[in-house]
Amino acid sequence: MSPIVEVEAVCKRFGTVPVLEGVSFQVQPGSVVAIIGRSGSGKSTALRCIDRLETIDAGRIRVCGHDLTAPKVDVDRLHRDVGIVFQSYNLFPHLTAEENVMLAPRLVLKLPRAEQRELAARVLSQVGLADKAQSYPSQLSGGQQQRVAIARSLAMTPQLMLFDEITSALDPELTGEVLKVIEGLARNGMSMILVTHEMAFARKVADHVIFMHRSKVWEEGPAAVLDAPRTEELRQFLGNGL
Amino acid sequence: MTVLTHQQLLFLLRGFGWTIVLSLLAFAGGGVLGFVLALTRVYAARPLRTLAMLYIKLIQGTPLLILLFLTYFGLPALGLIVDPLVAAAFGLSVYVSAYLGEIWRGSLEAVPRTQEEAALCLALNWRQRLAHVILPQAVKIATPPTVGFMVQIVKNTSLASAIGFVEMVRAGQMINNATFRPFIVFVLIAALYFALCYPLSVWSRRLERQFDVAHR
Repeated sequence: MSPIVEVEAVCKRFGTVPVLEGVSFQVQPGSVVAIIGRSGSGKSTALRCIDRLETIDAGRIRVCGHDLTAPKVDVDRLHRDVGIVFQSYNLFPHLTAEENVMLAPRLVLKLPRAEQRELAARVLSQVGLADKAQSYPSQLSGGQQQRVAIARSLAMTPQLMLFDEITSALDPELTGEVLKVIEGLARNGMSMILVTHEMAFARKVADHVIFMHRSKVWEEGPAAVLDAPRTEELRQFLGNGL
Repeated sequence: MTVLTHQQLLFLLRGFGWTIVLSLLAFAGGGVLGFVLALTRVYAARPLRTLAMLYIKLIQGTPLLILLFLTYFGLPALGLIVDPLVAAAFGLSVYVSAYLGEIWRGSLEAVPRTQEEAALCLALNWRQRLAHVILPQAVKIATPPTVGFMVQIVKNTSLASAIGFVEMVRAGQMINNATFRPFIVFVLIAALYFALCYPLSVWSRRLERQFDVAHR
């Protein structure tokens, strides 16, 4: 099977500051990849480039069959195939949980009303929030909001999910409920990339771990690299993390 | 009120009616133009954005009276025949558009960038992002200052008297010329303006409070 994500020698700079320097990695369909590293190592930028929220200066990115560096890339198509969840949830505050979930299926997929509701009920119960369909984001806890955000992405039946430090704003208890949802997705074979600070979680669900350091992929391998780091930098990073 | 005849009073009230009509026309015209300006300022390509900004700066730096003179005396010089109502409504619309454009630009920009990004990532196109995500939130932010600005519109329509449009102030001047009772006439006019403007500012303040409480 060909990889669902191919990142090849990608370079990007913000002004004169390089944030990605020749970054390459691949994601196989159905696998979970965790990107770890210090703040400022380029991991969030790498993730945003995959959803074309950032453009790149050099290199090549292919995602779900879309060549992001092609001049005529269909960004709407890309966003249908790729879901992304952010650290700050970014739910639409003027819409209920159900309306948040139904918005894109209604406007983009043009599903009939009954199917929208069915879909919303299904994805909301998938994240354990069937009873919160009528709640506004302001009436939900951070963990619940983040789960609605996941449901909103799932409603578009993406082939790939990107998670950008989605538990960083949550306390440990709420983090747990969000991670459980992600574990469920992993079991169902969803292809995922998680940028995360949760080492224990990365060890548990990730098939592949990428350690970014100084804008480069410094070390990568199966989750076992976390137990036996080859580079001094990863050893130090894990040591400080524990 | 015995100092004013029944007819004079009626004349004044008709002026009052025209003040309301002119206010509504100015708000409608200025609103449409202001909305286009706000969208241009936020979303258009840079040259257009700059052009919209220059327009706003230019209009905001010009007295309304000059704008009214320009439309009333200037347009006929270009061969267009305009009656005072059209000239007043046009001049006021231009004036109002520059202010509403700025108020609404600020409201659009007050919606967090991440909201549009989230909508983009759900494959919504620009029009859908605007209509379903940005505008519903921006309207909530924009309503209190917009209602507040309507007070300015109502009061500014009085300048249309200078180009001969018989709204309330002009009607008052004419009655005063006949009766020479300035205190009665102009205090009455002030009271009528107050009756229009005070509810608007109360409404605006209430909306502001509601917005603070239910900020979601």
